[in-house]
Amino acid sequence: MTAVVLAILAPTVAAAVGFFSGRRWPRTAVPVAVAGAGVALAAAVVLCARAVRDAPLGDALRGPRVPTGTIELGIDLRLDGLAALVSVAVAAVAFAVQVYSPAYLRGDPRYSSYTALVSLFTAAMMLVVFADDLFVLLVGWEVMGVCSYFLIGHHWEQEGARAGAVKAFVVTRLGDVGFLFGIFALAFAAGTFNIDGARLAALDNGIPQSSATVATLLLLCGVVGKSAQFPLHTWLPDAMAGPTPVSALIHAATMVAAGIYLVARLYDVFLLAPATLAAMAVIAAVTMLGAALAALAQDDIKRVLAYSTVSQLAYMLAGLAVGSAAAATFHLLTHAAFKALLFLAAGAVIHAVGTNQMPDMGGLRRAMPVTFVTMTLGLAALAGLAPLAGFFSKEAVLGAAEESALHGSSAGPVPTWAGWLVLVVGLLTVSVTAAYAARLWLLTFFGRPRGSGVARAAPHEAPPAMRWPLVALAVPTVGLGALGLQRDRLPQWLGVDEQLHLGVVTSVISTALALAGAAAVVLMWRRDPAADPSDRLARLRPAFAGAFYVDELYDRVFVRPVSAAARAVRWTDDSVVDAGVVGSGHTATRLAGWLRLAQAGNVQTYLTGMLAGVVIVAVGVVTLT
Amino acid sequence: MTAVEVLFGLLGLVAVGAALMVVTTRQLVHAALWLVVALGAMAGLYLLLSAEFVAWVQVLIYVGAVVVLLLFGLMLTKAPIGFSDDLDAPVAQRVAAAITAGATGGIVITSLVDAFHGARIELGDDPRGGSAAAAGEALFASWVLPFEVLSVLLLAALVGAIVLSRRDVGSDTDTDIESVTETDAPVRG
Amino acid sequence: MPLLMPLVVAALLFSIGIYGVLARRNAILVLMSVELMLNAVNLNLVAFDVWLRDELLSGQVFTLFVITIAAAEVGLGLAIVLLVFRNRATSQLDELVELREADALRGQPDVRAMR
Repeated sequence: MTAVVLAILAPTVAAAVGFFSGRRWPRTAVPVAVAGAGVALAAAVVLCARAVRDAPLGDALRGPRVPTGTIELGIDLRLDGLAALVSVAVAAVAFAVQVYSPAYLRGDPRYSSYTALVSLFTAAMMLVVFADDLFVLLVGWEVMGVCSYFLIGHHWEQEGARAGAVKAFVVTRLGDVGFLFGIFALAFAAGTFNIDGARLAALDNGIPQSSATVATLLLLCGVVGKSAQFPLHTWLPDAMAGPTPVSALIHAATMVAAGIYLVARLYDVFLLAPATLAAMAVIAAVTMLGAALAALAQDDIKRVLAYSTVSQLAYMLAGLAVGSAAAATFHLLTHAAFKALLFLAAGAVIHAVGTNQMPDMGGLRRAMPVTFVTMTLGLAALAGLAPLAGFFSKEAVLGAAEESALHGSSAGPVPTWAGWLVLVVGLLTVSVTAAYAARLWLLTFFGRPRGSGVARAAPHEAPPAMRWPLVALAVPTVGLGALGLQRDRLPQWLGVDEQLHLGVVTSVISTALALAGAAAVVLMWRRDPAADPSDRLARLRPAFAGAFYVDELYDRVFVRPVSAAARAVRWTDDSVVDAGVVGSGHTATRLAGWLRLAQAGNVQTYLTGMLAGVVIVAVGVVTLT
Repeated sequence: MTAVEVLFGLLGLVAVGAALMVVTTRQLVHAALWLVVALGAMAGLYLLLSAEFVAWVQVLIYVGAVVVLLLFGLMLTKAPIGFSDDLDAPVAQRVAAAITAGATGGIVITSLVDAFHGARIELGDDPRGGSAAAAGEALFASWVLPFEVLSVLLLAALVGAIVLSRRDVGSDTDTDIESVTETDAPVRG
Repeated sequence: MPLLMPLVVAALLFSIGIYGVLARRNAILVLMSVELMLNAVNLNLVAFDVWLRDELLSGQVFTLFVITIAAAEVGLGLAIVLLVFRNRATSQLDELVELREADALRGQPDVRAMR
């Protein structure tokens, strides 16, 4: 368990040191941060080795109790297979990002605060991964949200960064309201805030189905917000205004996966609520296909990857919806690897070319060979082509969907229509995914360079500090698929009572669809190498590019009325409240002006007034006494 | 009605009538002369009340000194001889003044009548007497201190009057009546 | 005689004096009216003294004091009137109005500067 504490504390200390000393001694920022991430990675690897060797692993650290008056909290940590595996993914990507960032953000004046925030983020994610108490998890959850806000807004001189940071924070916060109430509901239903305790209560039939449904639906709000699913997905594309390594770490590999992780953790509770699972299936299906179609029409390379992330997260949610936490976790791990790789490679491309816009790129494969190869591997994994990792994990999800569709889910409560929905939409999405991956590949690396003066004259390969993380991440992108070859290996490591289903028929159909989608794009491109294949979408393209105008809808329904209300309040404050205050000043001045008219300067007038007053007083005295 | 009362009534009427003329006449110097009549009637009233010493002091000082002083003042401030229209304040102020004066008088008379309506002064056998001897005895026996203080007061008034009205010898701000303009700076005094 | 007779005469003189102080413009006329008021007071004092037959003759003695003070006051008052006349060439009271609030309504401070 010391490794667990070390994995959480090392980045925390690195963050604290970075915050305090980063300004005065900027040279120490990079070594401190890399050391923190390195120690966390080492600890996580040790834990993972232990999990593999001692499967199923289950170890707990019970900290001090916090009395609340009713159900008490505890600062508890838990180590099991799921936590260990996910922690390795987090630590590895964090380490890669800390190595990559100095080269990417060379010359940035705020670099020390950047690394400190990334370290703090790593610590918070580790806390979420290892938390055994709902409130400890919530603390990590919210700290991640705060770090995300600061990191998206790193270049706060740009309006897009500021707006993106606020939007991310507000939208995820909206989900977190439901999340908080979900925590309360679950704790009251299970009688404890301890996560393992809640899980055991669920297994023991200690939680009635209605309470479980309410609690899980509320928790789902937080998951939908954090993992950018419909209808709270709008923040993730705008969060691309942050630096690319941040996008790689937070918005691809780790923070957005935290929602999926939470469901996997509390899966025994979720299994008690078929309504929630059905809702998850619907949300996942809508998000999956919608985001993939949106990715097809984007011009900004990072926005393609952002919508792609939303779509792949929907795959994970779908895996959970059809009853297989193991499949969802498998996809989480592989996605962390290849999506981080894709983002970092995109960063290398942006660094070389100087722009995010794909129409301004082209023909980079000769200038940037390492980036080309690694990004090709990543895109192939994304599209789900064998034998890369993405193929196996996606097949695991689709196989679980097929299982629940055809045989009723092995886990019991998942309705068969949900299984069919996930299967059909999942297969369609595979095709679209392959299409946009191919489009990105072609537009960036092939054809004539289309740069219009924004691009540099001679794009060059990325510096070594940026290249090595790409190569390092390419290894799990290719090799992690081996986990899927044996049915029980991963579930055993995770400690769940399941099996991975990889159906032959589904695999063949999905591979065929993927190849078809990619081939369609390649053919369209071959006809006219200078044109964008997505232009063939014609009138559908603006709808896809605008993500079906969900943002505009939110603007109309929420943002404008609130802004109008805020303006009304300000007007009231200015014209009513302020006017009252200032008006009383005016009135006093005016009254004083009228009183001053009595000062005519004539002594006899004053005397008359005085004597008249005396007379009146005398009359009063005489008559009243 | 004794003779004293009749005389008192007549002299009182004269005093009040003269006072009215003082405050309403449109000739400045006549006002001063009506004041003489009023003060003289007052002296007569004092005599009738058997305060002889006070009566003679009244004539000496008030009629003899004060009125003369007022006449000198009128002369030095170039008071217009004959009718002048701007001796009275505007009508509004006069009305206010009349009301105030009337109210004051009314109140005082009402309360006096209410308090003293049965009282009578017995003038006959006053053991004190109002002669100079009696007044002198009282003054120098019981009222010496106020008397001395009063003489200091007179000295102060004398000095003050001199200081106020002297012209600085050889100063630039010396002004003469003939050469004065509307907005002259006040003389240092 | 009834005590009221001198008292009423005094009261009437007093109110006539008040009218004169308030309604006459010339400063010297005002001084004259003040003399009338002082005389009213004197009459009052003497009347009460005779009515009460005071041992110390305090009413009459006070009257003497008042006469003295009135004389001093007229002297000083006239000195002031002469001074004013020397500087302003006027002895009209309603032309000595430096203490007036000239622009009572016109000279409002800028209220917008208060926000």
